Amino acid sequence: MNIAVCIKQTPDTETRIKLTEAKTVDESDINFILNPYDEFAVEEALKLREKFDGEVTVISLGPDRVNSAIRSALAMGADKAVRIKAENIPTDPNVTAGALATELQKGNYDLIFLGKQAIDDDHAQMPALLGAKLGIPAISVVVKLEVEGDKLTAEREIDGAHEIIECSLPAVIGAQRGLNEPRYASLKGIMKAKKIQINEIDAELSADQLQVVEFNYPPEKSPGKIVGDSADAVPELLRLLHEEAKVI
Amino acid sequence: MFKGFNFFSTDELLSEEERMVRDTVRQFVTKRYLPLAAAWHNKAEFPLEVIPELAKMGLLGVTIPEKYGASGSSYYIYGLAMQELERGDSGLRSFASVQGSLVMFPIYRYGSEAQKQKWLPQLASGNKIGCFGLTEPDHGSDPGGMRTTPRKTEKGWLLNGSKMWITNATIAHIAVVCAQTDEGIRGFLVETDRKGFSQNEIKGKYSLRASNTGELIFEDCFVPDENRLPEAKGLSAPLSCLNEARYGIAWGATGAAMACYNEALKYAKSRIQFGKPIAAFQLTQHKLVEIASEIVKAQLLNHQLGRLKDAGNAKYYHISMAKRNNVHQALKAARSARTILGANGITDEYQTVRHLLNLESVYTYEGTHDIHTLIVGEYLTGSSAFR
Repeated sequence: MNIAVCIKQTPDTETRIKLTEAKTVDESDINFILNPYDEFAVEEALKLREKFDGEVTVISLGPDRVNSAIRSALAMGADKAVRIKAENIPTDPNVTAGALATELQKGNYDLIFLGKQAIDDDHAQMPALLGAKLGIPAISVVVKLEVEGDKLTAEREIDGAHEIIECSLPAVIGAQRGLNEPRYASLKGIMKAKKIQINEIDAELSADQLQVVEFNYPPEKSPGKIVGDSADAVPELLRLLHEEAKVI
Repeated sequence: MFKGFNFFSTDELLSEEERMVRDTVRQFVTKRYLPLAAAWHNKAEFPLEVIPELAKMGLLGVTIPEKYGASGSSYYIYGLAMQELERGDSGLRSFASVQGSLVMFPIYRYGSEAQKQKWLPQLASGNKIGCFGLTEPDHGSDPGGMRTTPRKTEKGWLLNGSKMWITNATIAHIAVVCAQTDEGIRGFLVETDRKGFSQNEIKGKYSLRASNTGELIFEDCFVPDENRLPEAKGLSAPLSCLNEARYGIAWGATGAAMACYNEALKYAKSRIQFGKPIAAFQLTQHKLVEIASEIVKAQLLNHQLGRLKDAGNAKYYHISMAKRNNVHQALKAARSARTILGANGITDEYQTVRHLLNLESVYTYEGTHDIHTLIVGEYLTGSSAFR
């Protein structure tokens, strides 16, 4: 089975974003990691390779620093890697999707995995965009996947229920937490990853149709209110929750 | 998540690969071990369930070659892994130390090819657990006087005696046992299900509670000739194994110190007394600066020790100095950090007191602090104070 995993490098989940004076994100102190949802994607690809044999290729787009996220995926066990060189990761998901689709078309992949969204810009558009550009089915927010022959059955989370979808391969799968438990890289995997050459390619990116005007910090939360410290305060607390906060 | 301590930009000393290993083990400890560390400590049990996970990551037998199913990594990487494991708990690191340095290393270094083929892959995969029997009830710092004796029979040996304070004693499948033959100290591989071999767990420990410790007892326990480690001759063989383990302890203790520092710093910044965080008081700052300085010194000591070890130039006295210094400083750091945490610091809501209790053992095991003093003293002066 020939599998591709599209990954993105994102800031660590615990990053406290600092803004520059020009209201852009200050990247200097950011610790970048492999997008956590993409870890589920890599893990699922590796499990299928273990079951059916084949090869797992990791594809990412971005500047040099993205190579460390690629290495993390290789250390988990992916076989090959491609980085589409770009000075920045585009703001517009459609630009990234276009470049990824061009690269994916070269590979004749049976399955294409990616996280359901990246934790930085949270667009959550990539699975659908890739499916549309490649003209193949795309299923996202997948928590369970079965592949048999040239068919797959995917279970996806929808509001208050699980939806089960079948389609034929090739297809794009957007991984959700719960799909699997990503493995920790092994020492051997890390040493092997170091020896794999990342295929770095140039690409013509289309123009951004979206533009970030500026970033702003979220508004500061107003301080809490202490109503009292004994049971006597309960009626007042209930009144406030009901009338002011309107949560009950 | 725990970010380590990079005050002196020591991260720059690591290769990308070394950093990845450290961060992977760090993540494992944070996500998998720490949420349950206090529970395992309270139950006084080593969590057997983590063994397959340690094995999958390649943390059992880090430096043993890949052809035996192990990782074939550098000693520097072994050190970093031990640092991160002990940031979780000294018991977790002790398990990996014993399996790798005191069981797999002696088989690899002193065993026959058949013994290596038979045992190393199973030990690397965690399917078999090992323990190491050198210390006896009456011979700790002076192992040369050991009284466990094998008597030669036609096809093997009959072992009699006992070993004490043995990590993994009652969970092990195989014991590497040192015994006094007529020709000197020799090493034997003894399967724990052999007739005449029994184990007792030592209960009531206040320290290393999440680690299995026990006694090995041999009563006319028959061990066939093929189970003797052919290349292990004399006391230097077990001492060479201890050197491997002590090397890892020097790194491990630094991990425990970092955990205590991190916890105390965070607490000091959020604990308000007299209208300001206690981190703003001179006395608290003094404690934090002392701990931080000792961590940086230990990091640099470990760094150079690791590079020496990989170049084949780490001597026993280098390792003794590093183990002695780093464990002592970690223990002091844990005590000092505990005082910053005040009353909270004695509960299992915090990690520091667990590290403090653990380090009390680490201070006197794998060569007591005092013996390491005398080993370095002997080397520096040319006069032995104990031989």
